[in-house]
Amino acid sequence: MNTPHRLELRDVRIHLGDKTLVALDTEIAPGEVLTVMGPSGSGKSTLLAYLAGFLAPEFQAGGRVLLDGRDITALPAERRGIGLLFQDPLLFPHLSVAGNLRFGLPRAGADKAARIEQALARIGLAGFGERDPATLSGGQKARVALMRLLLSAPCAVLLDEPFSKLDTHLRQAMRRLVFERLREAGLPSLLVTHDREDAEAAGGRVIDLSS
Amino acid sequence: MRALSPRFAALLPALLTSTGLLAAPDPADWDAVLDEARGQTVYWYAWAGDQRTNDYLDWVAGRVDERFGIDLEHVKIGNTAEAVSRVLAEKQAGNDDAGNVDLIWINGENFAAMKANDLLFGPFARALPNFALTHPADHPEVVTDFTLPTEGYESPWGRAQITYYYDRDAFRGDSDARETPPQDIDELLAWARANPGRFTYPRIPDFTGSTFLKQALIELTDQNEALYAPVEESDFAAVTAPLWEYLDTLHPHLWRSGRQFPASGPEMRSLMGDGALTLAFTFIPSEPAAAVADYELPQSTRSYVPESGTLGNVHFVAIPFNSPHKAGAMVVADYLLSPEAQATKQDLDVWGDRTVLDVASLDDDTRALFDLDQQNPAMLPAGALERTLPEPHPSWMTALQDAWQARYVGQ
Amino acid sequence: MMLRLAPVLIVTLLVAPILAGLAMALLPAFGYLPALGGEAFSLAPWQALAAQPGIARSVAISLASGLVATTLSLAVVLLYLATATGSRLDRWIRRLVSPLLSIPHAAAAFGLAFLIAPSGLLARLTSPSLTGWERPPDLLIVQDPWGLSLIAGLVIKEVPFLLLMSLAALPQLDAEHRVAMARSLGYRPAIAWLKVVAPALYPLIRLPVFAVIAYASSVVDVAMILGPTLPPTLAVSILTWFHDPDLDQRFLASAGAILQLGVTATALLAWWGLERLATRLMAGWIARGGRRRGETGLRLAGKLPILLATGIAFAGLGGLAIYSVAGFWRFPDALPQSVTLDHWAQALPALGGPLASTALIALGSTLLAAILVLAALENEQRTGRTASKALWLLYLPLIVPQIAFLFGLVVVMEQLGTRPTHGLIIFGHLLFVLPYVFLSLSEAYRRIDPRWTQLALTLGASRNAVFWRVRLPMLLAPLLTACAVGLAVSIGQYLPTQLLGAGRVTTVTTEAVSLAAGGNRRVIGVWALVQACLPLVGFVIAIGLPKLLWSHRRGMQGAP
Repeated sequence: MNTPHRLELRDVRIHLGDKTLVALDTEIAPGEVLTVMGPSGSGKSTLLAYLAGFLAPEFQAGGRVLLDGRDITALPAERRGIGLLFQDPLLFPHLSVAGNLRFGLPRAGADKAARIEQALARIGLAGFGERDPATLSGGQKARVALMRLLLSAPCAVLLDEPFSKLDTHLRQAMRRLVFERLREAGLPSLLVTHDREDAEAAGGRVIDLSS
Repeated sequence: MRALSPRFAALLPALLTSTGLLAAPDPADWDAVLDEARGQTVYWYAWAGDQRTNDYLDWVAGRVDERFGIDLEHVKIGNTAEAVSRVLAEKQAGNDDAGNVDLIWINGENFAAMKANDLLFGPFARALPNFALTHPADHPEVVTDFTLPTEGYESPWGRAQITYYYDRDAFRGDSDARETPPQDIDELLAWARANPGRFTYPRIPDFTGSTFLKQALIELTDQNEALYAPVEESDFAAVTAPLWEYLDTLHPHLWRSGRQFPASGPEMRSLMGDGALTLAFTFIPSEPAAAVADYELPQSTRSYVPESGTLGNVHFVAIPFNSPHKAGAMVVADYLLSPEAQATKQDLDVWGDRTVLDVASLDDDTRALFDLDQQNPAMLPAGALERTLPEPHPSWMTALQDAWQARYVGQ
Repeated sequence: MMLRLAPVLIVTLLVAPILAGLAMALLPAFGYLPALGGEAFSLAPWQALAAQPGIARSVAISLASGLVATTLSLAVVLLYLATATGSRLDRWIRRLVSPLLSIPHAAAAFGLAFLIAPSGLLARLTSPSLTGWERPPDLLIVQDPWGLSLIAGLVIKEVPFLLLMSLAALPQLDAEHRVAMARSLGYRPAIAWLKVVAPALYPLIRLPVFAVIAYASSVVDVAMILGPTLPPTLAVSILTWFHDPDLDQRFLASAGAILQLGVTATALLAWWGLERLATRLMAGWIARGGRRRGETGLRLAGKLPILLATGIAFAGLGGLAIYSVAGFWRFPDALPQSVTLDHWAQALPALGGPLASTALIALGSTLLAAILVLAALENEQRTGRTASKALWLLYLPLIVPQIAFLFGLVVVMEQLGTRPTHGLIIFGHLLFVLPYVFLSLSEAYRRIDPRWTQLALTLGASRNAVFWRVRLPMLLAPLLTACAVGLAVSIGQYLPTQLLGAGRVTTVTTEAVSLAAGGNRRVIGVWALVQACLPLVGFVIAIGLPKLLWSHRRGMQGAP
């Protein structure tokens, strides 16, 4: 889980018609968080969709994305090994808390139950496995979502304004938790936000798309 | 390939039978017919608007299964013409040996239409063993359908005759002096004048309604013999002029002032049950008594046949030309003519449809099966059905229907 | 690959039978039907059609009842939505709309007839105390020559349909915010709704409205029960001609079927004209900026008609129930003289077979429809393309009158040598079940947040796993509701069952209609009640099962 990963964006360009939305050529080192900022409409969500493999057909994209040197540009989303964290925790409402965590676990692997219980304990939710996610508090949900992401063993992570819907006091704690875990796991991460505090907490390079 | 051919030869008869390529069964060799019929499924398309009729057909299905190994399926239809349409559609599609319809309950114009279009199998009726019990020589009506000779293309099954019924407790005569119900078509008019809105007849082209037109025409016209030949052979306008004059006078005194008519005989019966009418008629003589038993009509219901007599006819079963189960259908048609089946059908607790057998010529024990229940006050008195007027040529039915609609529809 | 075929398969299944059926109606309409000696093309069938007594009136009534019933239904629904949203009445009506929709047309029509006929429940309840009637009044109420009771019967059934379609479309419009915004500008709530929500809602329910026009202008069973008789509506006349023992009438009937197609097309065209007019009037009304005038009247007009329509539908069912246990029942007694279970006892032994057939056909066609619809919608999700043009084709079976193509279809089936089986009927029902299942499910399917899929994919789930483990469970409730709608549609079908089954396959509906020919109201009461209750079972399951399954998942309770 702790093998270092590297995400490379080689001359990535995304156009809508004649308009170039994003032009990026960069590299994200293991454990590094690259922050992309910009007002709404600047193309930061489009960039995320492109990297995750969901780019809508009306956009045209050029360039290549390499993950640990492997070209993933043409791979479907589920085989890229890129994890996503959204604004909302998006816990599957029809599954229990444990069910949500199990959803991301790779199919192979023994004693899933034990790993899930362990993971819950690590985010301070021991014994919450059979709970209905709808009964959790906002902070608890966010932590479960993060843990679900980590359990799915991604090779890189995209963060789509993951703190914007949290209360101010929760936001600080979540930022710390998320960035700590990502660094610990050695994951290259790309954070999209319009909140400068997020960028500061991430502590990495910042690319501003509006400029 | 050569090694296989003897086996193929052995299979051949079975193949031919199953696809119906074998020649149609010959009713003259009845044992062969019985043999072939065993194991067949016979689809009988029959009007299903009456629970008692359906129950009787169900009983017949049980009997023919027991006795002849035939699986009889009642295909319930709302209108016999649906079955005629289906056979026609099959002929249109070139389906000459694997039709869906094996047996149809039929008479009158439906029979005339099927026969004229070569949609029937036959002749077979005279070869049915039980057919002799009808004594056709003494009862020409069992081989004549609306003046057309059946020529063995349909087998008689039951009898119908116009029967009037009224609610004795609500009844008033055409004047304070007379309390008897109308006994001919002129008295009917007088009674309707005295009791406006209390009588009607089913909307044409319903067959009960159409029969009422024919009944009135027979009573009103002085050219009766014209009615028993094709309509083209006479001056329709002249023959029917008294009828239209009569109806024009009658309609304003009918239910809804003759601006609306019930859809069918059964709907007319419902109106009687509501008390909206006090006098009505049916083509099934036992219907009023059956309806009293089913809570549809009051206990005070009484039936009668006017002194002038009423139209009566026989209804039949026929076999379509492309039925794949003709043997089974013939065995069913024959069973329907058996004293057992005929007596059960006539039983008022079962259906109440009168027999087509010549009861007088049966042996004593068998005859006793046909004794009518005279205790039921809603039933016709004994002998009432002897005053039967024969049906006109089927072309009159169509012509009268067209003329009625041209005169009264959309006015 | 299979998914990619789904839309094509659906369109073929829906369009091919209709075109084939229409072709086989068109040929005889111009005199070509070799089996009956029609070897050459001629205009004779059309001349015969023109000469039919009362034909002009038949056509006029079909046209008028189609347009008037649609206008009234739409007005009732829009006014209701404008005035009652969020009220207690609203919660009630929303709960009732599915059961109301599930009552088969024939059963609802019988219920209405039993209620308003001169000897019906209403007259009995008010007689002789209020009216002085000792006998059923000699009034032309049911089957009146103007088709008013026919229109009433249609409105009762079409209001729930349009309401359900509107309720499905409304969430896209964010009606609350629009109304709140207008109210902040001084508009009273109902007027605000009509001015800012209705114009946006109408385009979304336009196709369902067209389906209502087509249905109302060509309906057979309701018109037979409630419609005028001298002459009847065009569709009923066509059925009579098709069933006429004089086989030459088939040419006439085929010409009639083509004429019916024209009548329905004319009704649609006239509606299009009315739309134009209404748009102009609305634009003027909105531009004038009136904020208050008419609000009180609107509030009344919004609630009363829908209460009336709902009340009548349920009172009619009550009437059926009373008749089904009635002993002798003389006018003007409000209740039967005696109560008996005889009618039920008589019907019960006969119920088994038809019930089994009904269930088999309804489940079969609904299951097939659900699979095809899910495949098409899933394909849409994966390719990101919505087949908006194909949507028109989906409506084809709802817009082309049944009576115009079913007879021809029977001939085609005969020609192909297809034997009437349950399978053939399932295929026939699919024509009508599939569009409804699609309409009921597509909104929920398309509205589901795409992030659920994206999330599941980035967690490593395959596309198929996303469907089975995320989309399907999350959409269980709307899927079951769509299936319940499908079941209800299948259960109510008369003409396709009767024609494609060669009458050999009896369902509860064919049995009810054929027994109706016997005119025994008690027996009709029993069968119509069974027919009305059967679809309810589907809705009870559709509503109950998700509640049970998700009883420990609060997030699924209010799910789409």
